[in-house]
Amino acid sequence: MDAIILQILNGLDKGSAYALIALGLTLIFGTLGVVNFAHGALFMIGAFVAVTMQKLLGLSFEQIDESKTDFLGNPLKVEVPYVESWFGPDVGAALIDWSVPLAILFAIPVMLVIGFVMERGLIKHFYKRPHADQILVTFGLAIVLQELVKHFYGANPIQTPAPDAFIGSFDFGAMIGFDPNVIIYPYWRLVYFLFAALVIGAVFAFLQFTTFGMVVRAGMADRETVGLLGINIDRRFTIMFGIAAAVAGIAGVMYAPILSPNYHMGMDFLVLSFVVVVVGGMGSLPGAVAAGFLLGILQSFASMNEVKSLIPGIDQVIIYLVAIIILLTRPRGLMGRAGVMED
Amino acid sequence: MKFLGLSRKDTRFLIIVILLTLATPILLQPFPEGSGLATFNAGYPDLMQRFAIFGIFAIGFNILFGLTGYLSFGHAAFLGVGSYTVVWMYKLLDYNVIWGLPLAVIFSGLFALLIGYVSLRRSGIYFSILTLAFAQMSYNLAYSVLTPITNGETGLQVYGNDAQVLLGANEPTSPHFFGIVMRENFWEPTFGGWSFTFNNGYYFTAVIAIIVFYISLRIFRSPFGLMLRAIKTNQTRLNYTGINARPYTLAAFVISGMYAGLAGGLMAAMDPLAGAERMQWTASGEVVLMTILGGAGTLMGPILGAGFIKYFENIFSKINDQVLHGWFAFLPDGLEDFLIGVSHFFVGKSWHLTLGLLFMLVVIFLPGGLVEGGQRIAGLFRKKKTTGGGGDPEHHPKETPHVAE
Repeated sequence: MDAIILQILNGLDKGSAYALIALGLTLIFGTLGVVNFAHGALFMIGAFVAVTMQKLLGLSFEQIDESKTDFLGNPLKVEVPYVESWFGPDVGAALIDWSVPLAILFAIPVMLVIGFVMERGLIKHFYKRPHADQILVTFGLAIVLQELVKHFYGANPIQTPAPDAFIGSFDFGAMIGFDPNVIIYPYWRLVYFLFAALVIGAVFAFLQFTTFGMVVRAGMADRETVGLLGINIDRRFTIMFGIAAAVAGIAGVMYAPILSPNYHMGMDFLVLSFVVVVVGGMGSLPGAVAAGFLLGILQSFASMNEVKSLIPGIDQVIIYLVAIIILLTRPRGLMGRAGVMED
Repeated sequence: MKFLGLSRKDTRFLIIVILLTLATPILLQPFPEGSGLATFNAGYPDLMQRFAIFGIFAIGFNILFGLTGYLSFGHAAFLGVGSYTVVWMYKLLDYNVIWGLPLAVIFSGLFALLIGYVSLRRSGIYFSILTLAFAQMSYNLAYSVLTPITNGETGLQVYGNDAQVLLGANEPTSPHFFGIVMRENFWEPTFGGWSFTFNNGYYFTAVIAIIVFYISLRIFRSPFGLMLRAIKTNQTRLNYTGINARPYTLAAFVISGMYAGLAGGLMAAMDPLAGAERMQWTASGEVVLMTILGGAGTLMGPILGAGFIKYFENIFSKINDQVLHGWFAFLPDGLEDFLIGVSHFFVGKSWHLTLGLLFMLVVIFLPGGLVEGGQRIAGLFRKKKTTGGGGDPEHHPKETPHVAE
């Protein structure tokens, strides 16, 4: 029992990331009918916004500290971050410590703008082209974005720690009545899961309870009719593209402490997220979320030693195996609408 | 007049391709050694072998993607199977590539039959994702559980204690074809400042490349090829005429898988190593890039694309700060630094950025690839000569739209 709970918990954080990326992917597919291979790159850019934030807040100048001396007896030079000198040491240190959550505030506008530019500048011209062309051009864009990041940040992963308050783990098992030290779970992963749940809830609420969301949903169902009613559906879809980009971006920001950002993390997540979208059903938002968590948890179950000794190598292939079975038996995916991309 | 079953035009085309392929070691060395432009020479064996091998890979991919329109993102798996097969034959028998290469083609063909049988039950993006899933599975397995067969991260290679039952006393200890050692050069002439390298391995791959190019030419011109094109144009309509398209697509898939296996085998024939990274999806992406960049569905396109990408990969990666300084030295300092800074984005380690940009531009503006670009330029000149008018309108039907609407 405790082992099962542990695996479910372990699957949650990866599942959250899959769900967030897949949500954006399927949102774009459902609204614009575009297959966006550059979505993983947006996730990666989000993670690097966190890196940038940490570096910016950490910018410092040298100051001579009269009270201390180095080993030669000269006054010691210490590095003082600008924020500490501006806001005082306490606030400054807290700002630096909390740079990852703070980066979300910057990531949202940045990703919205990137999303708008991408949609208006490139994707717009590909509505009527075949899916293969859309895949190819966004694949090219993903390469470009990835190489730009590599150019500025180098090829090595950059450690981006979470705030001190969330470093370390807690004993989840003891909290719910198991033996202590059986189910240990890092704080930040719990934060990530809660954060993902919040974002997913916000996106659904936005689509479900606002007039804007209602129009978007109507446009997803029947774009032409909504257009005939005199609504500028294209502009709304562009905004949805921006929102999808922002969701991928903040998913990346928050994932930075879990996986040190590197330039190819986007591609790694993209392949899996696509599988998630297909399993959940192209264009189905609840499907993407459910499949994201499902596959994340399945993956962590498959990496249990008991399972691995039973079926060697299962942890490496489980996600793809599920995708193949789903595609062959129920091509519209778990929750896809009948008739959408079913051939 | 028919020669090898080809029309006169195709025969001429084939002869030109053969001549170009055989003269590659000369054509790719246009600049004398030691001159400033020698960086742009590409006539060394390793690179020329890659031209031919990736040419084969792309020709095969084009039979599937170019003719039927099925975009596979998993062809690297067959490349890997081919490589592993050939290296295993080195380990079990001896270094003669004659055992490994046919087996590589057979095994990759069987593997393609399996994957294709399942994947082709779906089309469009689902097909792409299925092939991608299969290839990633093979890659992950090759890295982990299949280590006894693939030697995992180290990569498969020949060790001293391997069986090699056929190994003779005087036999070369690197890949060879009945004594013709792949990595040796049979002629290294120098004329003035120019030096050329004629390499066994290159000519071996080149001859194979010509043969498989001829096969693909025949496929393009055959009723079978026509059927594949019909599938690309409108599969639904084909189904309505009572034709089951799946055997044809499956045949195309298996053929292109065999081409990929042959290419993988040849990689191991040039360098007796096989690693799992050959199966990774980036490798599948590369052959897609090559085919699109050159021009999918055309005969020459994939070869041009493969050559183009491999050439610029090599040249651009070589250009470093020193080379750039050499080029821009005549400019004032500030401008020089600026230009070098800008070029930094595109050369050396960042060459993939150039590739990505180029690829996007091609997909956006030139969906027919380099071949279409060439035709457009040729068309411009031709229009000037003939006084307007596109010839007989009856023989120029309206272009079919890109998407069936």
